[in-house]
Amino acid sequence: MVYLTRKIEFSASHLYHNPAFSAEENRRVFGKCNNPHGHGHNYVLEVTVAGEPDPATGMVLDLKELKEILQREVTDRMDHRFLNYEVPELAGQIPTCENIATVIWRLLEPKITRGHLNRVRLYETPDLFVDCFGEGNGAHSRAGEAQ
Amino acid sequence: MKLFLSRRYRFSASHRLHSARLGEEENRRIYGKCNNPYGHGHNYVVEVAVSGPVDQATGMIANLADLDAFVESEIIEPFDHKYLNEEIKVFQENVPTTENICVEIFNRLRRFPRARLERVRVEETGLNSFEYAGESTGATHE
Repeated sequence: MVYLTRKIEFSASHLYHNPAFSAEENRRVFGKCNNPHGHGHNYVLEVTVAGEPDPATGMVLDLKELKEILQREVTDRMDHRFLNYEVPELAGQIPTCENIATVIWRLLEPKITRGHLNRVRLYETPDLFVDCFGEGNGAHSRAGEAQ
Repeated sequence: MKLFLSRRYRFSASHRLHSARLGEEENRRIYGKCNNPYGHGHNYVVEVAVSGPVDQATGMIANLADLDAFVESEIIEPFDHKYLNEEIKVFQENVPTTENICVEIFNRLRRFPRARLERVRVEETGLNSFEYAGESTGATHE
């Protein structure tokens, strides 16, 4: 099995606010992230695909194909957007790193038809990131070890 | 689908690699420059990964404010700007290699009450790092 990782960046704004909480509770739980005007990040996304290289091409999947999938599914949807209001997949959810990574996993998984999606790692800042793995796929760590 | 939330922290500390189980000559041979009796220091980076269900009300595995406060009191406060060999009890007995520092940090952080500790990764410099996921899970090296 070979693990191939492609990285992209997108910039977006968001805010954390739960309408079921009082104003005071929102401020207490979410702190600065509750600013009603929102704030933004340069997100970095690492997508790892696992598979056996095709003997004819030497590739797990064509990087150009992966690049197009990421452009269509992630960049076009999220880059320079206000995530709370402009990304329907996040409607009704707090756009935390956990929830955004989960949405990205669900968007990408059915589109990766050569090899399989192994890991989605989303950095909100260089010091905060979320890893999303498929269930029962213990091999994720090998991609992690390669860093 | 499984989620890990990871956060990076920093502390600066000094240490000396010297084992009481070895002779002077052998310590010098094995640890080289790191055996300098005056010690030396590093800017350590600690990467902490936790897992757990995402709370639908907050969208979070764990509130970062809680995780930050726990790591601050358990790791940063006792380790930052300290001489590890003298000021951290476990390193009065064990050599403060980054392997041992990584295990000690894992053991301290596993008491975090708000999520399950999955893995600790410690960078001693930008060029070397160590990971520990506890003995029972083997999650990083299956």
